[in-house]
Amino acid sequence: MHAQYFSSVFMYLRNPFIIFIYKILRYMKILVCISHVPDTTSKINFSEGDTKFDTAGVQFVINPNDEFGLTRAMWFKEKQGATVDVVNVGGTETEPTLRKALAIGADSAIRVNTPATDGIYVAKQIAKVAQDGGYDLIIAGRESIDYNGGMVPGMVAGLIGANFVNTCIGLEVEGNEATAIREIDGGKETLKTNLPLVIGTQKGIVQESDLRIPNMRGIMQARKKPLNVVEPVDTATHSEAVKFEKPKPKGDIKLVDADNLDELINLLHNEAKVI
Amino acid sequence: MSVLVYTESEEGQFKKTAFEVASYAKGVADMLGTEVTAISFNAQSAGDLGKYGVSKVLKVNDEKLQKFNAKAYADAIKQAAEKEGSKVIVVSQSANAKYLAPLLAVQLEAGYASNVVALPEGTDPLQVKRTAFTNKAFNFTKLSTDVKIIGLSKNAFGLKENQTDATEEDFSPSLSEGDFAINVVSVDKAADKVTIADAEIVVSGGRGLKGPENWGMVEDLAETLGAATACSKPVSDMGWRPHSEHVGQTGKPVAANLYIAIGISGAIQHLAGVSASKTKVVINNDPEAPFFKAADYGVVGDAFEIVPKLTEKLKEFKAGNS
Repeated sequence: MHAQYFSSVFMYLRNPFIIFIYKILRYMKILVCISHVPDTTSKINFSEGDTKFDTAGVQFVINPNDEFGLTRAMWFKEKQGATVDVVNVGGTETEPTLRKALAIGADSAIRVNTPATDGIYVAKQIAKVAQDGGYDLIIAGRESIDYNGGMVPGMVAGLIGANFVNTCIGLEVEGNEATAIREIDGGKETLKTNLPLVIGTQKGIVQESDLRIPNMRGIMQARKKPLNVVEPVDTATHSEAVKFEKPKPKGDIKLVDADNLDELINLLHNEAKVI
Repeated sequence: MSVLVYTESEEGQFKKTAFEVASYAKGVADMLGTEVTAISFNAQSAGDLGKYGVSKVLKVNDEKLQKFNAKAYADAIKQAAEKEGSKVIVVSQSANAKYLAPLLAVQLEAGYASNVVALPEGTDPLQVKRTAFTNKAFNFTKLSTDVKIIGLSKNAFGLKENQTDATEEDFSPSLSEGDFAINVVSVDKAADKVTIADAEIVVSGGRGLKGPENWGMVEDLAETLGAATACSKPVSDMGWRPHSEHVGQTGKPVAANLYIAIGISGAIQHLAGVSASKTKVVINNDPEAPFFKAADYGVVGDAFEIVPKLTEKLKEFKAGNS
């Protein structure tokens, strides 16, 4: 009697239609990776014998490529139903940046308490968070605007065995299926794949005008949202930034009179040798 | 032990960046006292690779790899690296190469340095110079892993001829079903247009051009020079031009031989994004525009008069030189 009862429940749960309903009802779990970077207008200087980035007087923001992705995550949350967590690998100084992401609308934040030393180190920390949280979609900017490594999203995908679309400028998700648009050199391509998925985002996944400035209500709410600090996994780095150098100052410009464009052509041809 | 280089092709023909990464790989191989092996996908022959120092070409010919597939390509390159015992792998920084490099790095447990602009400073340990802070600075990175991947910035090294007899070898990597979990449904690419990534010359317009209806003269100038067209951030934000043309810190980087900025004042983010270009020309009616401090040549004046005149004169110049 009991055995029969259990077997019928079991059959019921395995029914493809029930699985389908379960899938569409289930909220997508999204993780957005947030890099804490100098504002795009920052003057870049180095300290300690050109070995460290000089943070004096520098305003830090959410990495723009991450912010485009976060904004798309908000769209999924509001239009399709999704939970959105944000993660950063860094010290306490990055918390205001995570709070800003919460004020924009993320549900909760995770800070992995360790300096972001190199690409693989950061990717392994995020991979751990991603696996523990069982996320369906992981969004990260195609590169941070400070070190421009451009490797964390792909490495996270490689580490957790998720599908990966880089330079992603469009994404739709239906059930377990994703349709992504990838920017390629000179155009774009449309791709179909399945969750779990990692995308490397940039402008185009949403437009500049879609970006949100946190309002007072969002900022107040963000203070009460959870910001969980987790300890890093112990793993080796693969690279080390040993020193920095600023570009050499530019020589003086040569001005050409607007009535003497032949001179410009002459300079480009004979001096610069570019035409 | 050879240096492995991923040489990109399109419709069977090698791209110019393939010869640049090959030239660079030859430089690295000379430092290491070894040779260069190239891996190509569905390319018709070794082509000119020997001219740029390649000793061996591993030719992958597979119908399933007709369209670029980052995971499958990375898997094939990994197998080639293992077969050749390569400790250094060189790739370009095209959209495709940037897509596959981190996947390859995870597979090979390799350190990866992107945006590299010069030959290594030393090989033990391997240290490379790369751009950071979107070209506002350089950064010297040391790779401590056994296998290393170098992503070479476009136009940073140039082409160096080094005539070598390149042998060809068919290579059939064993690819799994998992390599094909992403499928290309469609590709939308203008066949006759020069792309910003491939262009030697880029002609770019800013807010000074007043509206999208005035882009005809930018396109005429670009066509005369065989150049790609680009634009500043406000122009793409206002929807005058597609965002794929936006160059700058949050847009595309430009590393052309010649960058012509028309009606672009030169915000710090824009200058950072285009600073890897070798020669910069600014045309602007405001002599105080910051771009005049960053350019090599400048013309102060009305772009609406100067640009069409420059196009005419360039046409005459081209006719006289061909």
